[in-house]
Amino acid sequence: MLGRLSWAAIPFNEPLPLLSGAVVGIVILAALATVTIKGWWPYLWREWLTSVDHKRIGIMYVVLGLVMLLRGFSDAIMMRTQQALAIGSAQGYLPPEHYDQVFSAHGTIMIFFVAMPLVIGLMNFAVPLQLGVRDVAFPVLNSVSFWLTATGALLINASLVIGNFARTGWMGYPPLSELAFSPDVGVDYYLWSLQISGIGTLLTGVNFVTTILKLRAPGMTYFRMPVFCWTALAASLLIVAAFPVLTATFVMLLLDRYLGMHFFTNDAGGNQMMYVNLFWAWGHPEVYILILPAFGVFSEVVATFSGKGLFSYRSMVWATLGICILSFMVWLHHFFTMGAGADVNAFFGIMSSIIAVPTGVKVFNWLFTMFRGRIVFRTPMLFAVGFIVTFVIGGLTGVLLAVPPVDFVVHNSAFLVAHFHNVIIGGVVFGALAGINYWFPKAFGFTLDERLGKASFWCWLIGFYLAFMPLYQLGLMGMTRRLQHIPDPSWQPLLLVAEAGAIVIFCGILCQIAQLYVSIRTRERRLDLSGDPWDGRTLEWSTSSPPPAYNFAVLPRVETIDAFWHMKRIGRAPAEPAYEAIEVPRNSPAGFVTAFFATVMGFSLIWQIWWLAILGLLAAAAVVLTAGWSIEREHEISAAELAQMERAR
Amino acid sequence: MTIATIDGAPTAVPAGLARGRGGGGPASKRVVVAYGFWIFILSDMVMFSALFAAYAVLRGNTAGGPTGAELFDLRNVFIETMCLLLSSYTCGLSALSAERRHPGRFFIFAVLTFVLGAAFLLIEVSEFARMVAKGAGPSRSGFLSAFFTLVGTHGVHVASGLIALVYLAAQVIAKGLPAVVLRRLLCWSLFWHALDIVWVGVFTLVYLMGAP
Repeated sequence: MLGRLSWAAIPFNEPLPLLSGAVVGIVILAALATVTIKGWWPYLWREWLTSVDHKRIGIMYVVLGLVMLLRGFSDAIMMRTQQALAIGSAQGYLPPEHYDQVFSAHGTIMIFFVAMPLVIGLMNFAVPLQLGVRDVAFPVLNSVSFWLTATGALLINASLVIGNFARTGWMGYPPLSELAFSPDVGVDYYLWSLQISGIGTLLTGVNFVTTILKLRAPGMTYFRMPVFCWTALAASLLIVAAFPVLTATFVMLLLDRYLGMHFFTNDAGGNQMMYVNLFWAWGHPEVYILILPAFGVFSEVVATFSGKGLFSYRSMVWATLGICILSFMVWLHHFFTMGAGADVNAFFGIMSSIIAVPTGVKVFNWLFTMFRGRIVFRTPMLFAVGFIVTFVIGGLTGVLLAVPPVDFVVHNSAFLVAHFHNVIIGGVVFGALAGINYWFPKAFGFTLDERLGKASFWCWLIGFYLAFMPLYQLGLMGMTRRLQHIPDPSWQPLLLVAEAGAIVIFCGILCQIAQLYVSIRTRERRLDLSGDPWDGRTLEWSTSSPPPAYNFAVLPRVETIDAFWHMKRIGRAPAEPAYEAIEVPRNSPAGFVTAFFATVMGFSLIWQIWWLAILGLLAAAAVVLTAGWSIEREHEISAAELAQMERAR
Repeated sequence: MTIATIDGAPTAVPAGLARGRGGGGPASKRVVVAYGFWIFILSDMVMFSALFAAYAVLRGNTAGGPTGAELFDLRNVFIETMCLLLSSYTCGLSALSAERRHPGRFFIFAVLTFVLGAAFLLIEVSEFARMVAKGAGPSRSGFLSAFFTLVGTHGVHVASGLIALVYLAAQVIAKGLPAVVLRRLLCWSLFWHALDIVWVGVFTLVYLMGAP
C-alpha cells in the first residue's frame, strides 16, 4: 500500500537531521499558525499563491532562493567544521554515510534551488519592466514554472527527515547512482526533485525567449534593449537548448533504476561515460545560465552608479552572445582525465580558454564605464566592484584548469572546489545580492538600509577570500574534494582559516537578515516616492515604486538605449496621457494546484507508491486540462477606470 | 494588447518596423502563442536529439542479445510510417478547414487524423509486444534500452497528441471556433507535424540503417 515507505524511513538513530527537521517543522508550523490566526490566508491566496503577476512571481522566486540559501549554507558550515575537526586520529562528528549526503545536498540545493531561483526571480521581476510591457508572454505558465520549482525544493528537503538523500555528489554519476550501488531512495529524491523543477525551468526559458523577442514597447528595437534583457535572453536560450538534455539524461537513469534498463550500468552494454558527457552537455551551459544574468545585473548597476551609459554597449551584447554559443563547445573540460585522447582534450582546452576573451571584453567595458564616471558607492555598486576583482581571479584559475596537463594534476582537488566557488559566489551570488539591493525599492517602494547592506557586503567579500583562498593552496598540496576525514595534519591550519571564512560569511547573512528587518521597521522613513531612487536609466524606473499590476498605464515609447535617461534629459513631462482600455491577466490557481499534485506524484514515485503516483499524475493532468478549457483569461480595465486608478496613485 | 504611447501619439506602426520583430511594439497574440509553442517544440527536439545520441552510442551494445537486423520488420514499419505521414496531411487539411470556419470539414479530417495516428500507435505497440515476447525487452541490452526509450518516447508523444486532439475537438463542439480555440488548434498541428519530423529521423536512423 505504501510502497517502500515505513517507519524505518525516519532516521531515529541520527539526532542531527532529526533535530534540524524538527526545528524546520516548528518554524513552518509557527508560520502557518500565524497566518491562520491573523486571517491572512485570503490575502495570501489572492495576492501571492494564485498571482500570475511577473513581479510577484519574481519576488517569490527570490524568497525561495534566499530560504534555500540558509539550508545550503548550513550544509556548507557542517562540512567545513567536519574537515576542521576530523584530522589524524579524530573522526569529527559526521559519519561518512551522513557526510556524503551533506555534500550532495549542498551542491544540488545551491545550484538548483538557490542560484537558479535567485537569477530567474530577478529576470521575472525586471525583464518585463525593462522592456516596457505589462507581463511576460504566458503569465499562467510562469506561475506553473515557479510552483514546480518550489515542488523540487520541497521534495529535496523532505529527504532530510523521510528517508535519505543521494550519496553520489551533485552530479549523480553512475555506476554509483545505479540501483546496484545506491539501492535506497536517496538518488530517487535527487532525480525526481530535479526532474520536476527542471520542467519548471524549461517552461521559464520558453516564456522568456518569447517575451523578449516578441513583446517589447514600441520603438524598442533589439539594440535598444537594456543589457540585462540581452543576458536574460541568452540565459533563456541556453535553458531551452540545455535543460531538455538534462531531462533526457535523468529519464535514462530513472529507467535504469526503475525498469532495469542498461543505459549506464556496468553490465549488458551500458556506458557510464555517456552519462558524464550528457550531464555536462547540460552542465556547462548551466553555469552560463547562472552567470550571464549576473553580468546583466552588474551592467545595469555599474552604468547607473557611475552616472554614465554603459561603455561599448554593442560589444557587451556581442560578448554575451559569443559566450552563449561558446558555452556549448567546452563541456569536455569537466572530465579531461576520462581519457578522450590528446586531440580531443586539446580542442576543448583551447575552446575553454577562448571563453576568457568575451568575458575579458565585458570586464573592460565595466572598468571603462566607471572610468571618469561619478561613482556612487551604494551597496549594489560595492558588490559590482567586489565582483570584478573576485571574478577575474576565478576566471584566471579557470584558464589554468582549462589546460589539460594542469587539469590532470588538480582534477577533483580542492583547487577545483575553490575555482568554481570563486566564480559562483564572486559572480552569481554577488550578482543576485547586487540585484536584490538594486531592485528592492522598485519592488516594495522603500530602500534597504545602506549601513547593514555595506556590512553584509564586506562580510561576504572577506569571508569568501578567507574561506576559499586556502582551498586553492590545499588543492595544490594534494587535498582532493569531498574528504570526510583529513589524513594529513599539516593541512589543519589552512582548514581552520577556511572555517573562519565560513563563519564570516555567516555574519554577512546575519547582516542581510538584520538589514531586511531594520528596513521594514523603518520603511516610513525610507519611502521611494519618485519611483527612481538611483537616478536610473532604464524603463523600470519610469513607473511608480511599487509598480501597478499592469506596470505601465500606457506603453512607453522608446527612442534610444537607456530610454528613461533620455526621457529625463529631454524633459518629456508626464502629461495626462490618452488612456485606452487594457487587458490584464486574471489570477489562476493552476500553478499552485498542479504543483501540489506534482509533489504528491514525485513523492509517491520516490517511495514507489504506484497507485498514488498515478492518482497524482491524473490529477495534475486534469488541472492542466481544466485550465486549458477557459477562454476568458484576461480581465479588461476600461480607459475611465484606468485614468481613475492612475490619478489615485 | 493595446498599444498606446506615453504622449498619446498615433498608434500607427512606423514604416519598416514590424510589430514584434523590430520596434513596432508587442506582437499579436496569435504570433506570441505560436512563437512560444515553436520554442517549446524546439526544446522537445533537443530532448529527442539526446535520445538519438544515446541510441547512436548504444546501438552496437547488444550484450550477446538480438540486433536490430534480427528484430526489425521493415514492411510493418513502412505501413506505420505511411499512417503517420498521411495523418500529417489530414492534419493540415483539418487546420485549413478550421481556419476557414468549416467545423463540419474540420471534424471529418480530425477523425481521419485520429484514426491514422491510432493505427500508427497500434502497430508500434504490437511490434513492442512481439519483441518483448521474444525475450528482446528493454532490459535485455543497452541497445534495446535505447531503442525502446527513443521509439517509446515518440510513441508517448503521439499518444498525448491523440488525447489533446480529442480534447480540442471537444472544445470546438463546446465553443465553436473563436480565435483562442484556433490558436490552440494551430499549436496542436505544429506539434503533430513536429512528431512527423522526429519519426523521419527514427525511421532512417533506427530502422533503415539497422535493417538487414
